[in-house]
Amino acid sequence: MHEYSIMQSALNQALREALRAGAARVHEIRLRVGVLSGVAPDTLRFAFETLAPGTSAADAVLTIEEVPARFWCASCRREFVSPNLYAECPDCGGASGELRAGRELELSSMEVEHV
Amino acid sequence: MCDQCGCGLSAGIPVTVSGHVHPHPADHDHPHDDHGHDHDHPHHSHSREPGAQERRTLELRHAILEKNDRLAERNRGFFRARGILVLNVLSSPGSGKTTLIGETIRRLGPRLRTAVIVGDLATDNDARRLRDTGAPVVQINTGAVCHLEADMVARAFQQLDVAGPELLIIENVGNLVCPAGYDLGEDLRVVLLSVTEGEDKPLKYPPAFHSANAVIVSKLDLGRACDFNREAATANLRHMAPRAELFEVSAKAGTGMDGWCGWLLRRHEALKHRDPMAS
Repeated sequence: MHEYSIMQSALNQALREALRAGAARVHEIRLRVGVLSGVAPDTLRFAFETLAPGTSAADAVLTIEEVPARFWCASCRREFVSPNLYAECPDCGGASGELRAGRELELSSMEVEHV
Repeated sequence: MCDQCGCGLSAGIPVTVSGHVHPHPADHDHPHDDHGHDHDHPHHSHSREPGAQERRTLELRHAILEKNDRLAERNRGFFRARGILVLNVLSSPGSGKTTLIGETIRRLGPRLRTAVIVGDLATDNDARRLRDTGAPVVQINTGAVCHLEADMVARAFQQLDVAGPELLIIENVGNLVCPAGYDLGEDLRVVLLSVTEGEDKPLKYPPAFHSANAVIVSKLDLGRACDFNREAATANLRHMAPRAELFEVSAKAGTGMDGWCGWLLRRHEALKHRDPMAS
């Protein structure tokens, strides 16, 4: 259940950026969450509903883009997306060790409002 | 040229006006040399009602765990500068981390000065067990926190009463989910899978196994009693941790401990000879 502390960090960063931009309200917060980040998007949403009230993001929408696991196959010299998270190349069956995407835990952008 | 409306302004800071993303501010001048003022402009308005609210998109791309990542890098630099090999040991509760670490210290002790930082929600039971080995141990009680973080490790290290340790073993909180996301500044992440947990554990907890540099199949002495299917476990580990070194160990019976300890000695040797300018 570390989603609460992660959501709190993301929200704090977002509120800080909103303040810096001189925004009155936050309309939307967008996160990118990799499938191998170990973080459950639904729990983040639940945490956000608990943490946002009373802040300038109280009415904001939380949008979470889930980033699939993408590996690099050195033999085939190509990337592959792995829906089952197996690190094996679907073409040659070789075991890839190089994870190129899927660990993201990122506050990607936000939508703010100025009066 | 602006790719939203085709006017001559270059794209600048993206701005969202009335729900439409626009790469430059909405209230710019708009020359109309080559056409009349009745041009079709269906997508958005360039004028703002007085007093209307302006929406803006802020592009951020901030790593949410940036603070922990930064502190972990600081730890890594600190440990590397002192030639300390650092292990971050992860597993579910009860997989045999403490027993493995205790036995590792007993075997390596004469050759590598070893210190331990151990994390649990409560009690110092593990620290007391590990102190029997003679190694300096600091217990971190995380309270409600389900994982160790880089700053906890930095603070705990300051409390260790040891001169010039060569190996630092960090026993993380027993939890196969949350610790996977937190870099502590370790050289090697070691993930345990005990034979009592089932062969499909790597498939159930992908983040931890994908991040492992070494996987230890522990409690091998109980394998038969648990009908442990070694082939299935190995195949699952290959799916989730293809690059990790694999060790099959019974810390209690001593099986596989030579291979594991030998590997640690080689990794420590490699650390000593690493170019200090390399990352």
